[in-house]
Order: sequence, then structure tokens, then C-alpha cells
Amino acid sequence: MSENHLLELAADVVKRARAAGATDSECTISEGDEFSANVRMREIESLKEAGSRGAGLRILIGKRTGSSYTSDLSNEGIEHMVKSAIALAAITTEDPHAGLPEAEEMGSLAGDLQLYCPDVEQLETAQKIDRAKRAEAAALDFDTRIDNSDGASFDSHIGRHIFANSRGFAGEYRSSYCSLAVSPVARQGESMERDYWYTMARSGAGLEPPEQVGRIAAERTLRRLNAVKVETKKVPVVFEPRVARSLLDSIFEAVHGMSIYRHESFLAGKLGERVAGENVTVIDDATIPGLFGTSPFDDEGVPSRRTVVIERGVLKNYLLNCYAARKLGLKTTGNGARGLAGNAGIGHGNLFLEKGVQTPEQIVGSVADGLYVTELLGHGVNIVTGDYSRGAFGMWIRNGELAFAVSEVTIAGNLKDMLTGIDAIGSDLEFRGSVAAPTLRIGEMTVGGK
Amino acid sequence: MPFSESIFATRFQITKPDLEQYLSEALSQGGDYADLYFEYLLTSSMSLDESMVKSATQGVSMGVGVRVIAGERTGYAYSDDLAPEKIKKAARVAAYIAAGPGKPGKYGLNEGKQHNLYPVITAPIETEFAERVELVKRADRAARAYDSRVFQVQATYADNLRHVMVATSEGVLTLDRQPLARMGVMVLARQGDGPPQRGYAGGGGRVELDFFLKDKTPEHFAAEAAREAVIMLDAVEAPAGEMTVVLGPGWPGILLHEAVGHGLEADFNRKKVSAFSGRIGQKVASELCTVIDDGTINSRRGSLNVDDEGHPTQRNVLIENGILRGYLQDKLSSTLLHSQSTGSGRRESYAHIPMPRMTNTFMLAGQSDPEEIIRSVPKGLYCANFGGGQVDITSGNFVFSASESYLIEGGKLGRPVRNASLIGNGPEALKYVSMVGNDLRLDEGVGVCGKEGQSVPVGVGIPTIKIDRMTVGGTA
Repeated sequence: MSENHLLELAADVVKRARAAGATDSECTISEGDEFSANVRMREIESLKEAGSRGAGLRILIGKRTGSSYTSDLSNEGIEHMVKSAIALAAITTEDPHAGLPEAEEMGSLAGDLQLYCPDVEQLETAQKIDRAKRAEAAALDFDTRIDNSDGASFDSHIGRHIFANSRGFAGEYRSSYCSLAVSPVARQGESMERDYWYTMARSGAGLEPPEQVGRIAAERTLRRLNAVKVETKKVPVVFEPRVARSLLDSIFEAVHGMSIYRHESFLAGKLGERVAGENVTVIDDATIPGLFGTSPFDDEGVPSRRTVVIERGVLKNYLLNCYAARKLGLKTTGNGARGLAGNAGIGHGNLFLEKGVQTPEQIVGSVADGLYVTELLGHGVNIVTGDYSRGAFGMWIRNGELAFAVSEVTIAGNLKDMLTGIDAIGSDLEFRGSVAAPTLRIGEMTVGGK
Repeated sequence: MPFSESIFATRFQITKPDLEQYLSEALSQGGDYADLYFEYLLTSSMSLDESMVKSATQGVSMGVGVRVIAGERTGYAYSDDLAPEKIKKAARVAAYIAAGPGKPGKYGLNEGKQHNLYPVITAPIETEFAERVELVKRADRAARAYDSRVFQVQATYADNLRHVMVATSEGVLTLDRQPLARMGVMVLARQGDGPPQRGYAGGGGRVELDFFLKDKTPEHFAAEAAREAVIMLDAVEAPAGEMTVVLGPGWPGILLHEAVGHGLEADFNRKKVSAFSGRIGQKVASELCTVIDDGTINSRRGSLNVDDEGHPTQRNVLIENGILRGYLQDKLSSTLLHSQSTGSGRRESYAHIPMPRMTNTFMLAGQSDPEEIIRSVPKGLYCANFGGGQVDITSGNFVFSASESYLIEGGKLGRPVRNASLIGNGPEALKYVSMVGNDLRLDEGVGVCGKEGQSVPVGVGIPTIKIDRMTVGGTA
């Protein structure tokens, strides 16, 4: 289907909803092609290729809402979708805060955000398989202790996203994405460990060389061998960037507008207060060209923007959609997010913690006795209370050196204390996804072990 | 249900010769095996927040996935359009994996016998919206009435009805109609201006709407969520380090799901990347432990008449009196391992390649009186409820997060403690099980299991058990 056709279809759905009795409506259409090649032990394991699309509708009748979606874009399918959404408005409650963005709030960023690169579509299947094979081979050939593999994969996705509403917004954008990942398995005696490394980009050319990805995956896996469980004690904990990112995920949940108005976050009501050390600045920026959290407009038709969440330790902004903004008496930050259907939720753009000046080596070197965390396990973060307790893998730091591998331990604390306890920030910020953080040191956490 | 009465025949006019033709196309480049997975899925959900029904959604999606297996290779393609030319195109894409002479032919598609585990006449999604939306309103009222310290309630109800049809080049043709419903209640409570605490409860299954009206009512889930939130207001810091841990019955069975279940999925073992690889016949748990994965329990969330490869589900003994007995097999792994499918091939949707998964995983009841188990612990932790868990298959390390737990002091339950994760190692953890209660309970039906990006509904269950040594990740 041509691009114009889908944009016209979205506008038509909005019109049909109005004709069916909706006072306002919003239509999302998405279309995508996915490809995935898996290689294991130097042989192709699986190939997957397909395209799909779907449409979603949310309507308002006064202050009541209803929504629906369909993968059937035929005339009959669309008709059914419109009827379904209208019917549901009868069972929802009038909500004084429900509604679409104001006219002056809507819009789209101009200029090329570099979300789509044609080279992803042009890559031949054989080339994609070859990159996965080379990456895995680099890991398998790196060291004899790497005698097995959970495989390497090359994934790509081309998508088109369309949004239109009854207040006159209509916009669309294309995106592309590809990634290469390797997961080697290393063995020595009784010890068997797996780790992984990956690269992702909006363009095929933007991917890191397969050999480099394979080598890093191998090094990461090898250093986990012969891990031991340590004694339970309170020590400094250093998060490498891959796991430091998860702290940003927690900050996102804690500044999520819906959680704020429900008092479901330990940061609710803390706007303008100091919530972290003066060294900590957290930014959500959906306008950076080529990155994974970038878009011209959010899922309510509000232009994307840069929002300072925490500035030098002070909580400056929550992340909001129109609904949460109205509930809190604030303005949307352009963070509306949704799948095909339903009320808009809240998502982030490129969410990151600003880099510091120390190298990761300097940060590790500053710790006499502590844990360097390389992987976290489980979901033990309670955003209501800030209680934090997760499984961890990593290396023990002794006198500033990574001394030996550690596993089967927990790290625990409370996010409130962890944010104020960040006492060293690395210079190694890089984006491998829409959330990023450099190496971070937290002054003290409880490591649970023997 | 006979093929001729299925939605695929009546609404989409698909015939058996059509299916034969698509399978022929899939094997046109060679290959050992091909299958087609047709899915027509209706979903609906409603959610309440601040005593208002703020959202209600329904939707429909459909599609077909075509798979070709050639040796260890899998080719997969899907279409969300059931027009013949689109299905044939998907079949040709999936066929790309194989390189050999084509194997067109007759597959003699036959409908075999299958279970009838959820004889639901009217699926919840086929009832009136007005009737279902009452459930979340009732939950809201009940949670607020439970205790004056309750100040926020969110209630959700969601159901779906999945029509599936699997046709294979081995001549198997299966049809199933899979209803599923679930409700959940999240409650926040606070004392004065103190910090809030959260409680959650939910459940459901492959049931009729009556389940929520007679069996597990909105009031039941609301009271359970409110009770947990209010109890947590008194919580003290959780302990840290190794100690004796007692797990209560029901949802804490997630221990089995993480500690052993995933590690016994045949794909990981075929590739020898699981901590359980090559350990069949070995002792991996105390002799008090017998662990079962059973997809055939009536009306349960994790149950299926047939798995997503058209194979009937069954009751699989994973660990018997502490000895590792078997893996969970799907078509591909069982073929490569010269074994049989255990009815464990599952997939999230037509857009996903099937793989070995759990259904309902639980430990058989033992002899001990649960109260006697707690009395036997001088100092330790009692975990009544959990959030989610996760496992690293290769090292065997797993965690699960306690959402309601209590200190045990002198054989008695003491104060509740704040949320903490528990960590252990799969092939080792169950060796420390020293008492197993006589109170096996299955969970109420909320489980969602994620693996390689695919989510499927599952169940767990466990009696009260005592584990002599496990690491608790608190701060005290």
C-alpha cells in the first residue's frame, strides 16, 4: 500500500468515527516488515521474514472513551473497528480530564530526524547471515574455553507509523532498524557461563563490525567463569553502562506522570526538590537525529522535545502525556505513547544520564573493596517505596582491580538513597538503545551472599 | 470441533485441499516437515482507576504462520491476510530455508482426538460489556471498604478468545477454541501522611464469566490486594544473606518455574547451554521433591487441549523424588533428540516460531503439616507471595521477588518485611528442601511467562516447603 493511502485511511477512519457519533477521535496505523536470521555453531538455525499491519482507534463521546483495533484493514474490518469503539464508550465513566491535545499543543518536528535509512531494506539475506556468522565465529575462535554458543542473530525492521486525529492532526514517519547480537557460552571445569554483546543502528552501515561484536561478547563471557558467591556486606557498587541503564528505567517509572498523580511513585510530589546528588543530570530528548528514542511527534500528535528531568540533583520535570498533565495542572511534555489502541500512556524518548569526567578505569580504581555489576536479574524494584533488591553478576573489586567473578548474590538498597548515593559518574556514555547511562558508582549498597 | 464448523472453514472458506496446497508450497524446496498455524484472536479489556472506568478496548487480529523444518534449520514466515495468494507467498518465503528437491504431495489431513479441558459454552468475551465492567466496579468498592487506609485502587479485567488451527505435513489437523480471562486489583494504602505501600491480587483461567461471579469474585481479589497493602504498612527492613526460607502454598511455585522449569526446556538442553544439560537420571533435588508440568488440568490458565504444534498436551514428570526425569519437548527438539514431543510446543501468536514452554508447573504435596514446618524454624523468612522471577539458564542462577513475607522467630511468624529478592542456583537450590507440606495449592491464574520475546500464559503451584539455605537480598 502506498504511504498516501494509509494516511488517507487514517483520516477516513477519523471521519467515519465522527459520522458514527464520536465527538473526537484518534487513529493510529502501523505497518512493518521484520526479518530475523539466527546462526548457531556456524550454521544457519532459522530465518524469519514477514510483514504486518494494523489500525487502532480511540474515540470520545463527550467525556467518555472507547477504543478498538484490527489487523483487518478491509472496508468491513474498519467498519467493525469503528462500531466496536463507539459501543465501548457506553460502559466507561465520564472523566473530566479526558480529551485530545489543544490545537496549539499539536505539531511535528521539521527536518530529517534520520529515522529511516534505505540501506536496511537493501541488505541481501546472504549478507545478513554472513554478518551473524562472522560475529559468532569471532567469539568461537577467540578462546578454546568458548566451546559452545547460544547463537548469533541479525534482526532488521522497517516500519511506518501514521497518526491522525479529529482536531486536524495527520502525520506519519518511516523508521528502520537493524541489530547484530552474539551469545557465546564458555566452559571451564564445572563452570559454564553465557553472556552477550550487540550493536544496533538505524542503518546497516551504522552497525559495528561483526568481529568486534563477537570479540567483546567472548571477553564478557570468559570473565564470568569460575564465579563465586561472596560474604554478605555493605560496600560501594559500580554499575557498568549496560546495567546502569536499568537505573534510568527505574527513574523513568518514578517520574511517569500516571504514577505521579496516583502517588504510586517515591518521587511523587517532589518537583523542585533535591532527589539526587548535584552531579546528577537526567535528560529525556526525543529530538536527537538517528537515535532509537527519536520521533517527530508523540502518540497524541504533540511534537517531540527535550525535557530536563533532573538537573544537578533537583527534580525539574515529570514526563507527561496530555491526561497526566491535566490531572497535575501542568503541560504535556510530549511523552504520549500507546500501541494501536487504548488511552495514551507515557513513554520516553532518548533518556540518559549526562556523562561525567572520570574514565571507568578511574572509577573502578577508586574502590578498595566493592562489587562491579555486569548483569542484573529479576524485577525487584518497587517504585512505590523505592525498595530495590535484584540478583547480580559481576566482578569483585579489590584494591582498585577487578579481582574475580561473582555470582548468585543480590544487591539491595532504596532508590532514594541510591540516587543521592551516586558518587562517581563515568565519561563513557553511549547509546545502545533509547536509554543510556555511563558507568556509575553508588557509595554503599548491601550485597547479599553467604 | 469438526473442521467444517470452524471459523476458518465457515468465515474464511478455507478447505482441506487448500491446506494441502499450502503445505505443498512450503515443502516445494525440500525440507523434512512443514506446518501451518492459523489464528483468529478476539480480545477485550477494561480498566478502572480513581473509581472511574477510564478505558475499554476490544480488538481482533488474525493471521497464519508457515514453518518449514529442514534438519536443524527452521524457515518461518507469516501473513496477517488469509487470502490464498498471501498464504502461498508466506509458504514460499518459509521454504527458502530448504535446498533440495520439492516434496509436493498429499498429506492426508485428519482430525485426531484431543482433550476437552475447557468446555466453555459462552466465552467471557461473548457476554455483555455491561456485565463484565461490573467486575472492576465491584473490586473498587470492595477494596475501598476493606480498610480506611486504602486510598488508590486500580482494577483491570481482560479476556480473549483464540481460535487456532494447526495443519502439518504429517497429516495432523487440529482445531481449538481457547478462552482466557483474568482480573487484577492493585491497591495503595497509607497511614496518615506516611509512605504508601502496594498490594496486588488477581486470577482467572480458561473459564466462563461465572467463575468471577461465583468462584473467585472481585471482592475476593480486592480483599486480598488490600490486605497485602495494609500489612506492608508495618514492614521492616528485609534481612540479607543465607538463611532458612519457608515458601507458602500457591504462587510461590514460581520458584519451580524459574529454578528448574526453564532449565528443562529441551531447546536449551539440545544445545547443551542449560545448567541441567546431560543431567537426566541425576539427583537435582531432595528426595521430597517431585515436580510436574501438566497441561491437562481443567480450566487452568496454563492448560491447552493441544499445544501450538497440534500435539495433545500431557502430564510430564520433570523431577521424581529428587531425580531428574525428563525435558519439555517440542517438535524440533524431540526430532533432533530422537525423542517424543511432550506437548510443550507453544508460541505467542501466528507471528512467532514455536519452542518448548511450560504449562502448569507444580510440586506434589508431601506429608508435613504447614504449621509444623513454620514451628521447626528458629530463625528465617516466610514468603507468602511473590512478584516475578527470572533465570540465567546457563549458570542456573535464578531470582524471584517476595512481595509479602514475614520474619520467622522461634517457630512463629513475626513482622512483615519489605520487598526483597531471593537468589539461588537451579540444580542446587532444591537439594536443600527439608520439609514439604500436605497443602499443595495452584496459583489463582495470573502467570505470564516470557522467553526470547514471546509471552504465554502459564500456571504454577507448590505446597508449603522449607528450604534450609537460600540467599535473601534484603538490607538488614
